Amino acid sequence: MIVRFIAVAALLLLFWLGTRKMRLVPGRYQSLIEMGLDFARVNIAEDLLGKKDGKRFLPILTTIFFMVLFMNLTGIIPGLNIAGTSVIGVPLVLAIVSYVTFIYAGIKKSPKNFFKNALFPTGVPWPVYIIVTPIELISTFIIRPVTLTLRLLMNMIVGHLLLVLFFSATQFFIFTLGGWYTLFGVGTLAFGFVFTLFEVLVAVLQAYVFALLTAVYIQLAVAEEH
Amino acid sequence: MLHAVLKAATEGETTNPLLPAPYDIWWSAVCFVIILFFFWRYALPKMQQMLDERGAAIEGNIEKADEAQRQAEAALEQYTAQLAEARVEAGKIRETAREDGKQIVAEARENASAEATRITVSAQAQIEAERQSAIVSLRSEVGTLALDLASGVIGESLKDDAKASSVVDRFLADLEADQAKAAGAK
Repeated sequence: MIVRFIAVAALLLLFWLGTRKMRLVPGRYQSLIEMGLDFARVNIAEDLLGKKDGKRFLPILTTIFFMVLFMNLTGIIPGLNIAGTSVIGVPLVLAIVSYVTFIYAGIKKSPKNFFKNALFPTGVPWPVYIIVTPIELISTFIIRPVTLTLRLLMNMIVGHLLLVLFFSATQFFIFTLGGWYTLFGVGTLAFGFVFTLFEVLVAVLQAYVFALLTAVYIQLAVAEEH
Repeated sequence: MLHAVLKAATEGETTNPLLPAPYDIWWSAVCFVIILFFFWRYALPKMQQMLDERGAAIEGNIEKADEAQRQAEAALEQYTAQLAEARVEAGKIRETAREDGKQIVAEARENASAEATRITVSAQAQIEAERQSAIVSLRSEVGTLALDLASGVIGESLKDDAKASSVVDRFLADLEADQAKAAGAK
């Protein structure tokens, strides 16, 4: 839990410093912050939702992206060493937020047609609805938040387990067994290092995927028909 | 702190991670709401405002540059026009000057010739007058001389002036008439 608060504090501090004095001609730090915010704004929100809807849902997408990113990154910071997202609370909360958001977006767009479009896709002969409707119901309203939660959670848990495994093995080989086993220790240390770098990639990727999928769900809900 | 973290972590790993503890959900939600409000109310509006301002600034600069360009073009056009005008004017002035010069030369020539004519005329008049006076004085002198000579020849004074002078005058008149006749015959 404390890890999460540290991540939140770091996030708020970084962005507060970055956006405190916005200038037209950006300095180095402001450019960096802008790059981050622009990534969420352009690549996720505006690409999928367009300018208008993108602006509406930008705060929630930005929040999801950076919250996941920062909490993922705590997994490889020495002293914290566990991702804030590797305990089910955060992924679940974010998945619920995403779920509520896309249902809200759909209902707001067309109160009557949203559930009809989601459950009874147009252009399908009616007997097929017997099969399609349960599938749509399950995939849209049950599977989506579950997959969102589990994808992020499992990625982070597995990453954490791998790192724990490698580093404890290194410790074990080098200091407990010693002798020739030190070579194994060097090997596991190297793998641990590689997977630490890999975890950085996964952290960014999972943050991106989470925000992107939320955007996609919103887009599907907002789209008139498909 | 680390102990608590590890405990939470191991709990997530070893027990079923699909059964969340209520506090987990609760504090995650708190984190989420804090971050959401931060981005929603603070960071993103600031970013948006800055982007708008930057866009406006860029547009303004482009407009300014366009304006400057237009002004420069207008100035250039004006200068060109003025230059052409100046050239035409210079040509006109040259032409006028040439005309004036011609006129002045012609006038001067005319004046000079008039002056020459006048001088010639006055000189001729003077010469004529001098000639006349010379003739008159010559005539009287010649008369006196002739009389003196004659008186010397005849040995007696021809003091009867009136008679003498009339003789001389007649003689001279005859002489003149002869001369005139000779000139006419010639």
